Amino acid sequence: MPARGEPGEVVLSIEHVTVKFGGLVALADVNFTVCDGEIVGLIGPNGAGKTTAFNVFTGFLTPTHGGVRYRGTSLNGRKPHEIAALGLVRTFQRTSIFQNASVFDNVLTGLHRRGRSTVWDTLLTTPREKATERELADKAHEILGVVGLDRRSAEVAGALPYGEQRLLGIALALAAEPSMLLLDEPVSGMNANETVRVMKLVETIRASGVTILLVEHDMPMVMQVSDRIVVLNYGRIIAQGPPAAIQKDPDVIRAYLGEGKRRA
Amino acid sequence: MDQLLQHLVNAVILGGTYALLGIGLTLIFGIMRVVNFTHGELYAFGAYTVYLISAALGLDFFLGLIVAIVAGGLLGALIEITLLRPMRGADIDTVMLVMIGGWIVMQNTELLVWGGVAKAIVTPFPEAPLVIGPVSISWLRVFVLVVALLLIAGSYVLIHRTKLGKAMRATFQDTDTAALMGVNIRGVYTATFALGSGLAAAAGALLGPVFLVTPTMGDLASLKAFAIVILGGLGNITGATVGGFILALVEEIGAGYISSGYRDAMGFLIIIAVLLFKPTGLFARAERVG
Amino acid sequence: MKRALPAFWLIVVLTVPFWLPDQYILHILIITGIFIIAAMSLNLLLGYTGQLSLGHVAFFGIGAYASALTTLGFDVELFAGFRVVHEPWPAVVGFFVGTIVAGMSGYVIGRLSFKVRGAYFVIVTISFAEVTRLVALNWVELTQGPLALTNIPPYTIGFPGLGDYTLWNKTAYYYLVLAVGLAAYIVISRLVGSRIGRAMIALKENETLASSVGIDVTHYLVLAAVISAAVAGSAGSLYAHYVKIIDPDIFLFVYTVMMVIMVITGGKGTLAGPIVGGIIFGFLPVILRPIAAPAVQWILYGALMIVIVFVLPQGIVPAVERWMANWTQFGRKAAGIMLASNSKPGDGP
Repeated sequence: MPARGEPGEVVLSIEHVTVKFGGLVALADVNFTVCDGEIVGLIGPNGAGKTTAFNVFTGFLTPTHGGVRYRGTSLNGRKPHEIAALGLVRTFQRTSIFQNASVFDNVLTGLHRRGRSTVWDTLLTTPREKATERELADKAHEILGVVGLDRRSAEVAGALPYGEQRLLGIALALAAEPSMLLLDEPVSGMNANETVRVMKLVETIRASGVTILLVEHDMPMVMQVSDRIVVLNYGRIIAQGPPAAIQKDPDVIRAYLGEGKRRA
Repeated sequence: MDQLLQHLVNAVILGGTYALLGIGLTLIFGIMRVVNFTHGELYAFGAYTVYLISAALGLDFFLGLIVAIVAGGLLGALIEITLLRPMRGADIDTVMLVMIGGWIVMQNTELLVWGGVAKAIVTPFPEAPLVIGPVSISWLRVFVLVVALLLIAGSYVLIHRTKLGKAMRATFQDTDTAALMGVNIRGVYTATFALGSGLAAAAGALLGPVFLVTPTMGDLASLKAFAIVILGGLGNITGATVGGFILALVEEIGAGYISSGYRDAMGFLIIIAVLLFKPTGLFARAERVG
Repeated sequence: MKRALPAFWLIVVLTVPFWLPDQYILHILIITGIFIIAAMSLNLLLGYTGQLSLGHVAFFGIGAYASALTTLGFDVELFAGFRVVHEPWPAVVGFFVGTIVAGMSGYVIGRLSFKVRGAYFVIVTISFAEVTRLVALNWVELTQGPLALTNIPPYTIGFPGLGDYTLWNKTAYYYLVLAVGLAAYIVISRLVGSRIGRAMIALKENETLASSVGIDVTHYLVLAAVISAAVAGSAGSLYAHYVKIIDPDIFLFVYTVMMVIMVITGGKGTLAGPIVGGIIFGFLPVILRPIAAPAVQWILYGALMIVIVFVLPQGIVPAVERWMANWTQFGRKAAGIMLASNSKPGDGP
């Protein structure tokens, strides 16, 4: 297990983000940062605003006030594909893969940004087109190897067991060459074996230089995997810090116990 | 100025029936999320039914009207049960294709039964028009306006003051919650489609005597109905009513002062303009967050 | 076996005029071929990119009118004394002008229409097509309106040293349509198998997911519209120079419906689908003509479309492919069982 070294500079900076839906305040003046090479876990009871926050970070929702910066560039008003081009890629909890395509084609599609061929290259089947396709195919095999799905590459994605579908979703995101990966409840609905597999994958990804922010409900998983935890409740950050500290934090305990029994 | 007044009056009369078309479709489109290509065919069906009863069978014109509306509703229910109910859960494209199939079958059946020659419907109203100052209106058109307004009011009452209307509004807001609260969604869908179709048939029955009855009269009616729904906002009866009058006004003014050839283009231009600049319609209430 | 099949069909198709020289049949094949090209173009937008554009006939018609007007020449007043005069150009140039102008209209209509999605997109595309029809009907100075553009000259191809060859007869036109059809097929098949094609298919499957991996949604939707429109426009030009007379009825919604039926019943999102659908609905009217009036035919088409959507929602080609896959599996199993039982000793004769 690689040692958790000093985190690098700030890469993701959430500044005074507020989201209001009519009269409902989903996020209120949220401020935090994520540093290069960190794994940060975002947790909170149901309805705390985690999904809303996630959607703001990835360009799927415009904040009412405030903004998000990635490596200095403001994300405000940018379309999702532009944000992906900046290196910030997310996974989805549901509909995380292209159901009707093969596993291999899924990753190939994710590798879209890597290719540079134009319409004319395609129509005339130029050497550049052929070289691009070969390169993408090689890279796709590589990524499938990393997540452990290369045996499945010819199968239809929708036919995979649920746990492997989520793995494919991560593979898709990896294909887009992220410098930072946002994982949306990566182990929700998974059994113990599948969860361990994802946890190992997360470490492997971080070791390759990718910063990670994840939203999760599975406490043991998040506590083990994260360098730092950020806790949301009713749209506000109520605590930040290393897992050990968060587990003892009275505000956090109250937030969760106040909701009823949660998975310890 | 006189011409303008005449155009305005014509627009009001036409607008009433357009409003019926629009209300019918906005309910179907809004509550069931179905792109109802058969709407125009129900309009034509209404007109042909009146023709059948009054001209072909020689019976009372007013009877023909009532039969047209009721039969239109029943036909709508039939379409819903045979074509739409089995398709529940399918994606919107597939349902659209089924509706297009239904439209083709209905229109060509009409063509087969009645032939392509336009038919005229004779009404028991006096020939001489009512003249008020510079404006002249035929008694038939006065009748059309009155009936249209009655039906619009009736729709309002049904939606806002009856149990069925409440069920429809609940289904429009949130189908799942409505189902959990005990609303019979299947019944609501059938009733909605029947109601919408009945209103379309009413519009056709009223306008059939005013213009002529042809097998293709439904095509433009369908598209204009969509224009009205888009203008007024999905599921919004007030919007559809106002939208109907606005469309009629734009058509009348456009035909009168720009070019009569482009009259029918007005509806499409409205669709394009609204969808591109204000896709939620001119009168859309804020929909629920989701 | 699988690879021999397309080659076999190719030979059949290439030699048709020799073993089926009937002029009427050639005429049907030509018209069917033109509609197959249009259906293939619609398939790119509807089948692969997943956008139910019901205004497709507009591109077909724009291509036809652009090609015809380029060849016939025109003289119109745009506004306040500003006249545009165009001298007749060779028909072959008209083909390319038709294709390009249609492609450009695909860009404009695409850019505008893709601001909305779903049912609204469908309605907007229908509206654009209807507006185009009404413009063709009313801008009489340019299009002759309902009086139609007549005497559209056929293509003339100049062979250096050999003189000009004018495509008057049906056999020559058949090969031309075949050539354009093959070209369109190659263009589309290359496109959908490429990175660009994968992006389009991703948009059909899941727009949100596609954009999250960096695919520019609007860019690829519009690209699909442009290519689709250009191919449809080329079919329109072929049509104009074959029938030699076109009027605004070419923009009628029924033609879009025809193309949609061909694509859906044949199999949307497959390369062979529009071809199969095109052949079925190109020949059905011919077969049914002696026994059923046009209205009855259309009732049948409408009913057939409903049945296909209910029973074979993916279309005929995928159903046949599945059926054949099951057969080969069955065949192999049966062969395996037979071999196993044959090797048992002591069996009877």
